[in-house]
Amino acid sequence: MNKDTALALRTPLTDEVLAELKIGDKVKLSGVVYTARDAAHRRLAELLNKNQIAQLPFDPQGQVIYYVGPTPAKPGQIIGSAGPTTSFRMDAYTPQLLAAGLKATIGKGARSPEVLAAMKKYRAVYLVAVGGAGALLSQCIKKAEVIAYDDLGPEAIRKLEVVDLPLTVANDIQGNDLYQEGIKKYAIA
Amino acid sequence: MRELKTETIISAVKKMCIEANCVIGEGVTAALEKALTTEESPQGKEILQQILENNRLAKKNMQPTCQDTGTAVIFITLGQEVHITGGDLIEAINEGVRQGYTEGYLRKSIVADPIKRKNTGDNTPATIYLDLVAGDKFQLQILPKGGGSENMSALKMLKPSEGIEGAKKFVIETVKKAGANPCPPIVVGVGIGGTFEGAALLSKKAHLRKLGARNPDPFYAKLEEELLEEINKLGIGPQGLGGRVTALAVHINQGPAHITALPVAVNINCHADRYKVVVL
Ligand code: SF4
Repeated sequence: MNKDTALALRTPLTDEVLAELKIGDKVKLSGVVYTARDAAHRRLAELLNKNQIAQLPFDPQGQVIYYVGPTPAKPGQIIGSAGPTTSFRMDAYTPQLLAAGLKATIGKGARSPEVLAAMKKYRAVYLVAVGGAGALLSQCIKKAEVIAYDDLGPEAIRKLEVVDLPLTVANDIQGNDLYQEGIKKYAIA
Repeated sequence: MRELKTETIISAVKKMCIEANCVIGEGVTAALEKALTTEESPQGKEILQQILENNRLAKKNMQPTCQDTGTAVIFITLGQEVHITGGDLIEAINEGVRQGYTEGYLRKSIVADPIKRKNTGDNTPATIYLDLVAGDKFQLQILPKGGGSENMSALKMLKPSEGIEGAKKFVIETVKKAGANPCPPIVVGVGIGGTFEGAALLSKKAHLRKLGARNPDPFYAKLEEELLEEINKLGIGPQGLGGRVTALAVHINQGPAHITALPVAVNINCHADRYKVVVL
């Protein structure tokens, strides 16, 4: 399942490109991604619940959300350290966003059965970055701009431009799960 | 009586907050390098390399290794012959944290109320523990504790009859349940004994020990080795994507307990096992 070289992907993501991805594949993602964590997700979900899609801070169609709350940028820095946060806290909101057209989420840690089912249904993937590698990952971020919910501080929604962000496919559109498969492979009974 | 000014304490705390978050200790680096030689999963090896590179880069740029710069957990060892002058000790610690997190561009991750969830904006209040000792020593230890690993920690009041097997089972279950969430490879702090809150504190204090140093009691030292071996059989591996190295070390702290009680607490720390100590 592992390919040795990383696959270059560019956002927005299309169904054709996602159909090629398998769990364990290495990906280098470039283009625009949006940041959102718990508090921002709650607000996005409120808008989706009221069917106010036009009022979302960005159109989720084909887009990618990165679960990150960076440290403040030092003078001269584009962004501070910016590694993934634990994804399961966003699980309650993810199926709605996938239904609205979101094509990938980036975080760390396994997702709920509901999110796995929604990814299969709406043909979306889950990509993981190395948790705790925030200094290294921030080097791939070339532009960062707060586009909504500034009052949330590190949890505001930012529009990032990334180049070659190193990721691994943890869930593909066939419903496979790298967390289950990987652990099974190395567990000693 | 030795006098110690609060301004000395403030500047020490400020510096510690920044350094602990930007510079990972040598013990952790050595353990990660050793893990690289034992890890069998190619993916796991690559992750360990990324972590090591991340830590080198963070040190070079004096930037936090991880965006979650944690709750500032601070242990004060205060000799009773020391007289603090110029203000309140606890306020001095908080002022140091305030300055360190603000001027060091660290993330402010503390909400004032757990339900209403408004950020305090300066990472205070710190979580502070005070040990009063004889003599005129004054020591500060900081553990910036990340949320991802703290959230996977657990405590259980076992029956004394469950004994060592019960304790082992609970530790392993907790690590297994944590899976990828606490950013493995992890460091497992275990508190056995004490009261309900005492066991939790013992498990947190287990992270003050130099990484991989064994419990001075051979019984618990052996238990640490056994638990590490069992944990690394789980297959969770670096970042939970499968592999041999799930934990870098297990540290146990034991304490006296009530005749009816066997509390066991497991405080998980991530590979960002951040720590700094100063003696003033
Ligand atoms: S668990 Fe530790 S390494 Fe992972 S994101 Fe949290 S603080 Fe960083």
